[in-house]
Amino acid sequence: MTSSAMRDLMAITARPEVISLAGGLPDTSSFPPATFAAVTNRIAAESCAKALQYGPTEGLDETKACIAEVMGAEGMTVDPADLVVTTGGQQVIDLVCKTLIDPGDVIIAEGPTYPGAIPTFSAYQADVVQIDMDSDGMRVDVLEETLDRLEREGRRPKFVYTVPSFHNPGGVTLSTARRRRLVEIARERELLVLEDNPYGLLRYEGEAPPPLYQLDGGVYVMYLGTFSKILSPGIRLGWVAAPPPVLEKIKVGKQAVDLCTSTLSQLMVQAYFEQGRWEQYVDSLTEIYRRRRDAMLAALEDHFPPQAEWTRPGGGLFIWATLPDFIDTTDLLARALRDNVAFVPGNAAYLDDRGHSSMRLNFSNSDEDEIREGIRRVGKVIEEQVALFGTLTGKTAAASPSQPEVDADTPRARVLPLPRRREDGRRAGGQ
Amino acid sequence: MTRVAVVKGGRSLERQVSLRSGGRVEAALGRLGHDVVSVDVGLDLIQRLREAQPEVAFVALHGRDGEDGTVQELLEILDVPYTGSGVLACARAMDKVLAKHLMVDSGIPTPEFFAFSETAFRDLGAADALPAIEERLSFPIVVKPSSQGSALGIKFAATAADVPAALVAAFSYDSKVLLERHVAGRELAVSLLDGRPLPVVEAVPQEDRFYDFESRYDIGATDFVCPAELPETVTERVQELAVATYELLGLAGFGRVDLMLDADSEPYVLEANPIPGLTETSLLPQAAEAAGIGFDSLVERLLELS
Repeated sequence: MTSSAMRDLMAITARPEVISLAGGLPDTSSFPPATFAAVTNRIAAESCAKALQYGPTEGLDETKACIAEVMGAEGMTVDPADLVVTTGGQQVIDLVCKTLIDPGDVIIAEGPTYPGAIPTFSAYQADVVQIDMDSDGMRVDVLEETLDRLEREGRRPKFVYTVPSFHNPGGVTLSTARRRRLVEIARERELLVLEDNPYGLLRYEGEAPPPLYQLDGGVYVMYLGTFSKILSPGIRLGWVAAPPPVLEKIKVGKQAVDLCTSTLSQLMVQAYFEQGRWEQYVDSLTEIYRRRRDAMLAALEDHFPPQAEWTRPGGGLFIWATLPDFIDTTDLLARALRDNVAFVPGNAAYLDDRGHSSMRLNFSNSDEDEIREGIRRVGKVIEEQVALFGTLTGKTAAASPSQPEVDADTPRARVLPLPRRREDGRRAGGQ
Repeated sequence: MTRVAVVKGGRSLERQVSLRSGGRVEAALGRLGHDVVSVDVGLDLIQRLREAQPEVAFVALHGRDGEDGTVQELLEILDVPYTGSGVLACARAMDKVLAKHLMVDSGIPTPEFFAFSETAFRDLGAADALPAIEERLSFPIVVKPSSQGSALGIKFAATAADVPAALVAAFSYDSKVLLERHVAGRELAVSLLDGRPLPVVEAVPQEDRFYDFESRYDIGATDFVCPAELPETVTERVQELAVATYELLGLAGFGRVDLMLDADSEPYVLEANPIPGLTETSLLPQAAEAAGIGFDSLVERLLELS
């Protein structure tokens, strides 16, 4: 199953009767309309002409000050001269590829990786090498082995793309030790890293590990940030902090793409930040999302069969669940859509054949009742398939709906690291 | 000028493809000077059609509801003439199992197959028959849902170990599935207009891959050769079989018959599509083009045949 079929399936998930655990949308319903009105009124009264005008390609100084504040909240210091304000974080991925990638160049990414990066990487005809993750994020030891192998093959990766905190779609976070090692590797090998950090401030428990950008001091690490998850994706505002030679090329690239980021959006951020309550809003979102995550984790325990595994994210928007390898989650989605529930098939997070038995589940854009009901429906379809497989193979279907509940003392689900590349030979090809 | 309702979209998994087919038909109808009403099939279908009062409906639906005769039945009730095949022909063609049984009965070569419902496995222990079937068909075996229109849910089982998962996948789309002998060879499609065959199209997958959903609808993923480079006798034979299949199922207006040509140039009919795709990359428009029939003329002709 490949991208256009996936797009066609995903288009059906947008129907109103579908409980969609597929999207990656933040909840914008709790944003106070009065705040929005105050922000826009103020721009109309004080900077109407400026808001309606073009701005500098690298962004307004006022916006950069807000960005420095946000990065400061995660323990980073940044020189505003190292920043370019972009049209969403997505544009950063595009501009970095535009700057660094010629067809056939290698990009290293996690496996699974952010599904939205894949069309960008593909458009620049990059050769993407995906590194497995476990519960501590990217396997940095595997990264080193891979870099050695590539070096022997005479191929030098242009950059490492990583979502170290609350990975999309993996739901895991890169440990502090691995962060330190990754930054060392970048220095030893003079290798650029693109740290994509949209979710770092959406933390529901535990202590934040240091951002790669801070550990490295912005020498080899390029940093991608966004206002999408802490304020609004609708304003389309992101940014990149990068070393000067790269940044200059990014500016040239951005000029060609869209001249500048929306001045109106940038002034909205400035006016909003001047009210001084942005962190309170992030706190309120964090409360909402924590409850939804907990609801989803509880529902998974209740409704997914014991053969399933899933990640337990300490923040962010996503859980990554892996089913027995005889279930193909794209086919499962087609079946689940008949019951009006949707998720993202895991293969959408890979450039190769992997991820077929995994799925990404979003908990930020549905309320707790919808999450419980959605997971119940997905769980029911999985149980049907597990039972059918049991019937077909003559093995006892442990999760058959007709069977009694398992012993109450038996853990009903294991929370385990992300899976390795699946074993071949068990499943049919043909996709 | 005719008032035409273009019926498209719906809830089928091929919704997006149908929207592309329908959009292209609408544009053609506009160029031809017709009065076009666009209808995305949903709960308000009857109401929309009653309001629009079309003189004719152009059915551009693919997959469930559109291609299986359901919408055609509703159009009959409303007494609106429509393009393409009638209810019974759609029902026959959309059900691959039924269509293949009919082919076998009338001597049209189709790959050997066995069909099962989910209840056969659940209640009748059909799994015990799998080894015998596997021996009879020999690997690789193609496993597919009976009614899915595109290549969604079609899997190749290379060994016995692949069969259960392939069946689970196929049952995601339909309660009836078939296991079919794999015919290795060239993939051919014969489109028909008013029962007459158009030039044969050969789908040549790029790299070594099955002609799947992706390559079927993405420009550039598959190379199409039209007319297919075949000896004249083979072309004639393939077209004859396509016509025989079209007539057997009772298709009307247009249709497309997909075949495999094995290494000995023996053709096998895989399936017939009562509403072939009409997108930029679809096979029927390409075949019509090769016969000197442009897309607008094709659309006009289908209206006349409704």
